[in-house]
Amino acid sequence: MNIPQWIEGLANGTEAVGPIPGPILLAVVKVLLLVLPILILVPGLIWWERRLLSWMQDRIGPNRTGTITIPDKAPFLRGKKIRFFGLLQPIADGVKLFLKEDITPADIDRKIYFIAPAIALFPAFAIGGTLPWGAIRAPFEQGVSGLYRFLTPVANVDIGILYVLAISSLGVYGVVLAGYSSNNKYSLMGGLRSSAQLISYELAMGAALASIVLATGSMRMTDMALEQEKPLWGFIPAVQNWFILTPFGLLSALIFLICMVAETNRAPFDLPEAENELIAGYHTEYSSMKFAVFFMGEYAAMFLFSGIFAAVFLGGSSLLPVNWEHLAASVPSASGFFRGMAWFNYWAGPLVFLGKCAGGITFFIWLRATLPRLRYDQLMNLGWRSMLPLGLSNLIVVGFWVVATKLWGIGGGWATWGLVMSILVVFYLNILAGTRKEALSFGGRKVAMKDPAPRRAVTLVDPNKP
Amino acid sequence: MTGNQLAFLVLAAIGCLSALGVVVFGQNAVRSALFLVLNFFVLGFVYFALGAQLLGITQIMVYAGAIMVLFLFVIMMLQLRQDSSAKEPTDFKRPFAWLFGAALALSVMNYVVMPLSMTAESPVGDEFGRPQAIGNVLFSLYSWPFEVTSVLLLIGIVGSILLAKRRI
Repeated sequence: MNIPQWIEGLANGTEAVGPIPGPILLAVVKVLLLVLPILILVPGLIWWERRLLSWMQDRIGPNRTGTITIPDKAPFLRGKKIRFFGLLQPIADGVKLFLKEDITPADIDRKIYFIAPAIALFPAFAIGGTLPWGAIRAPFEQGVSGLYRFLTPVANVDIGILYVLAISSLGVYGVVLAGYSSNNKYSLMGGLRSSAQLISYELAMGAALASIVLATGSMRMTDMALEQEKPLWGFIPAVQNWFILTPFGLLSALIFLICMVAETNRAPFDLPEAENELIAGYHTEYSSMKFAVFFMGEYAAMFLFSGIFAAVFLGGSSLLPVNWEHLAASVPSASGFFRGMAWFNYWAGPLVFLGKCAGGITFFIWLRATLPRLRYDQLMNLGWRSMLPLGLSNLIVVGFWVVATKLWGIGGGWATWGLVMSILVVFYLNILAGTRKEALSFGGRKVAMKDPAPRRAVTLVDPNKP
Repeated sequence: MTGNQLAFLVLAAIGCLSALGVVVFGQNAVRSALFLVLNFFVLGFVYFALGAQLLGITQIMVYAGAIMVLFLFVIMMLQLRQDSSAKEPTDFKRPFAWLFGAALALSVMNYVVMPLSMTAESPVGDEFGRPQAIGNVLFSLYSWPFEVTSVLLLIGIVGSILLAKRRI
């Protein structure tokens, strides 16, 4: 039986498996193909985080769990060790988390306390609902074609990227409710910090993604993937137009990257769980499996946000930003090789996409090993005074670029882009020069914009002495 | 019963129960706010079931994701616990409230629900509720209200800053 044709029949409703109609079966398969790899890979990610972090910190890390030593009495391989590089460590962690004592603190809001981990886990997985992990178009075809279009994304809706923003904005509930219901001041403060942080960084993230939506002309994530297969900057046909290679896309990508770290509550934006101030923040009172569920949600969110970054900025499931089809058509002598590469690029797409997700997670871990945690005011300053103005000005510039490209062609578009961007940069530098001055005048009142003097210890005054 | 009707019935039941939860079942303010979140969330799915994807996702993003987070934020800051929720004294207005509420429910039933229950499927086309269609209408026919709304929001922001900050 021809499997692609059978899957097509399932999608069209002409085939069925027993009593289950094809479309329903296919929907279940789509969801499983998204969720199962995450569930399987999360333990591996935890191992990878612990090992990579140890290497970066000049430690060894968990490297010996699961080492099997052959006993001396064995007929062969006496005293040999079979090593798994500590890959079984996550399983040991999982067993430990299962068997730990499950402590429920007194005087909590019980229903909310127990439902909060589930609420935290739901958006972390649901965020991938519109994420395409394979090429939606087979090589040498026009329009949507090929096998992967039946398997990915779970829902190819018109509002793809808006769905991602909406679901990620729901992620705050798990954290806030956990903090509220634990009957612990540290937890509550962690939850409140988290909600403030998420609200602040959502705006910049929305602005960064909106500029890509403008450039694509569609909110579908599959359309964004198709747009990135076009010639680079509109006039280099051999290279694909990955958004990270375009000037406005690079800026958007940087903003999205920073906001993505803030949205997943990872270092250096892990203020909600800052251990030196808040013990463990919102999950202070959660032990055993309930804590593991929060942990799992965090890793799933990291994984899927990396996937969204890969799909929107890094060309989706394409291995290299090279337009193999164009090369196959324009270089006849090596046409067979380029055709082969195009098909390889198509079929290896999901693996490449997984590799890009792994790269994103490595970036998360690298950040955690490199940067110290931000102070709360630094976090707010970065979000509101740097990310949001940058994102919004990028949005304005992309708007100009789109209109100018339609009016005057590709060259006119880029000329307009340079002009508007330089005007905005000069404008921003001007504002910056103004605020950096020693004093700002607010209605005659002079305000120093320097860092305040270091606090001194309180001098004790004896009230009995006059 | 078609799949659409089944989906609507389930969503509507959850929506009505959560709406009741806001005012009837809620023991404290946080629970009420959470029921309201659930209500907004389910309402978004009702819009999805009607084919209005953009409206549904805007409902979830703006109401469930942004506004209710701020509500919850404020409620938690106020530290309202079970015992401090408002207890209304019974008075003579209560029976009248029930009466008028029932009358309102009946008239809604008569003029909205009864005619709608006759229609099996939503009569709108595929283009209904698409981002492109809404964008075209919003920026051509309704561009003036759209722009005025943005000015209104700006006034709201400026006004709240003016109220919150003593010295500007």
